Amino acid sequence: MTSSLNEIQSVLRDPRFCRSLLDRLEKTLDGKPFRFMEVCGTHTAAIFQSGLRSLLPKNVAHLSGPGCPVCVTHETELGVALAAAEKPGILIATYGDLLRVPGPAGRSLASARADGARVEIVYSPLDAVNLAANNPDTEIIFLGVGFETTAPGSAAAIKTARVRNLGNFSLLSFHKLVPPALRLLAAENKETVNAFLLPGHVAAITGLAPFEFLAEEFNQPAAVGGFEPADILLALVALAEQSASGSPSVVNRYERAVKNDGNPRARSVCDEVFVPANANWRGLGLIPCGGLILSPAYENFDAAKKHDLSFNSVQTPNGCRCGAILQGKLAPPQCPLFGKACTPASPVGPCMVSTEGSCAAYFKYGDYLA
Amino acid sequence: MKKVLLDAGGGGRASQRLVADIFLSRFGNDILAGLDDAALLTDVSAPISVSADSFVVTPLFFPGGSIGSLAVNGTVNDIAMLGARPLYLTCAFILEEGLPLETLERVADDMGEACEKAGVKIVAGDTKVAPAGACDKMFITTSGIGEVYAPHPPSGHNAKPDDVIILSGSVGDHAMAVMAARDDLDFLSNIKSDCAPLAAMIESVENAAGPAHVFRDPTRGGLATTLNEIAEQSAVGVVIDEDKIPVKPEVVDGCSFLGLDPLYLANEGKCVCVLPEARAEAALTAMRASPYGKEAAVIGRISSSRPGKVIMNTGIGGQRILGMLEGAQLPRIC
Repeated sequence: MTSSLNEIQSVLRDPRFCRSLLDRLEKTLDGKPFRFMEVCGTHTAAIFQSGLRSLLPKNVAHLSGPGCPVCVTHETELGVALAAAEKPGILIATYGDLLRVPGPAGRSLASARADGARVEIVYSPLDAVNLAANNPDTEIIFLGVGFETTAPGSAAAIKTARVRNLGNFSLLSFHKLVPPALRLLAAENKETVNAFLLPGHVAAITGLAPFEFLAEEFNQPAAVGGFEPADILLALVALAEQSASGSPSVVNRYERAVKNDGNPRARSVCDEVFVPANANWRGLGLIPCGGLILSPAYENFDAAKKHDLSFNSVQTPNGCRCGAILQGKLAPPQCPLFGKACTPASPVGPCMVSTEGSCAAYFKYGDYLA
Repeated sequence: MKKVLLDAGGGGRASQRLVADIFLSRFGNDILAGLDDAALLTDVSAPISVSADSFVVTPLFFPGGSIGSLAVNGTVNDIAMLGARPLYLTCAFILEEGLPLETLERVADDMGEACEKAGVKIVAGDTKVAPAGACDKMFITTSGIGEVYAPHPPSGHNAKPDDVIILSGSVGDHAMAVMAARDDLDFLSNIKSDCAPLAAMIESVENAAGPAHVFRDPTRGGLATTLNEIAEQSAVGVVIDEDKIPVKPEVVDGCSFLGLDPLYLANEGKCVCVLPEARAEAALTAMRASPYGKEAAVIGRISSSRPGKVIMNTGIGGQRILGMLEGAQLPRIC
């Protein structure tokens, strides 16, 4: 099993195979400008880290959309998490990369921890459930961050906590849904975006159906792609071919991981525990049905209700253009704060925080772009 | 179970007993046994390489090492990077009240064994006990000195254009082993820390290949950070080939699972050597003859263009900048 996976990986990283795909991409585009947007932080990181960005034909522009779940976590949501962290008897369990994200007044979970709050990094929501089981006198609040990919884990954690009768476990659901955000982007960026590279991890759960509207309603080519260099190139070639033929559709180029109907079982767990609701995306604003909240049957696990936490609106930091960057309207270096007031060491906007944020990627790799 | 009490840091009989029962019996020697206020060293001649390092690792024990072996090898290796033969260490413990004595004994065992392997003596030390909760089980600070044998001590400032860069083995093993132990990541449990004393290997390279321009050990911040330091200090460009950097498959898998980059992970038994190409073969042969350098490889070269930057030729034929690590690497969401 392992060796065959390694074999697949070595093919998908083979420089000659990648070169042949790059040639095919160039030939298909025939010199026409082609601006594709990915909406997955892992794609952002993979495209930069593999050096693929330096190899793309000159007429291909890579736009990094709102695909980093940490980056789109709204200031008000962080404000709630910080307020919770300050309450006595509460321990916040979170994924690691949320730690440095700046919230209201530049405060972060990392700075709250330095001030004495109890914040622990976990690798899985079930680790947070175990924390609750092992610390019966402490209220454990898990910060549910991420898209369709991580929501089933949060849902499973809630169900596990119910079965194990853990009254000291609750969730702040900041989960977001990708298709509603893509609808907004497709509607507002017809001029700036020519095609969408769809997120492989999200599609592994949702399947292709929730993305069909891109081709049907907006005439946009869309392809699900994996994360090895050749995976990404295969998807880009598919996008270019659709673009050249003028017949957009939604195709799957990550078939070894993504079934066309996704993962129905993960979806059913999610559907039981969560319901879609309007959600604030950092940089994009309120997106109708753009997030998940706990369903009425699981309301007693809602940390906001349980601990009387309110979502106070927070001002976006002055001059921060993360919103325009997430929509592909600006490249990170065009933001007046980029590299000056806003750096990975002291991020102002969310795109600078996570290694998967587009500003952080530009800052890190930016002065060696093709 | 016997535990460390606050008394043991009081300087009285309880302190004496702790030192005699646990430390002297495990890494005692003629100089330490004197138990004066300071150690008298009569056989060291200048120039001398001096270094200090503190160790706060959690968990205290991990596959391939412990805070004890780390505290010895960390300082030994820092001294060795200057072309010096490590001789003497000092060692200061801060212990948390309530620490099981058996834990301290195991750590002291590891220190004794590591000193033996590295050929160094612990000649002075101190023990304090902090109230429960005021420190995390055990912190150790070691410092050490070594006699510089290299006529031109290597330094991060000495890299020259067209020099080649040699790496002594696979990167990321130590950090991944500690992370796996810390968070009970069972699927990574076969990864071992590379914690090892490198002084003998470095001396053999210096003897076989002549003076190297740079020796550095890529500890915290990993290989990428060390290469950036060399690029900045020497005001040169660094170009490396991704394909030539040894990384164990299980470390690659762990990194891909946790969203980490092996080039930024700490190593505790690896070194980077920069020297003229004509002497690279001799250096490689000497390195590979050591048990700690079997996988040594040339991973890149120094260039006069783009001073201060590290460029990596990627496996698919692209290029990217390898920047300095910002803060700590944080595991990512998905």
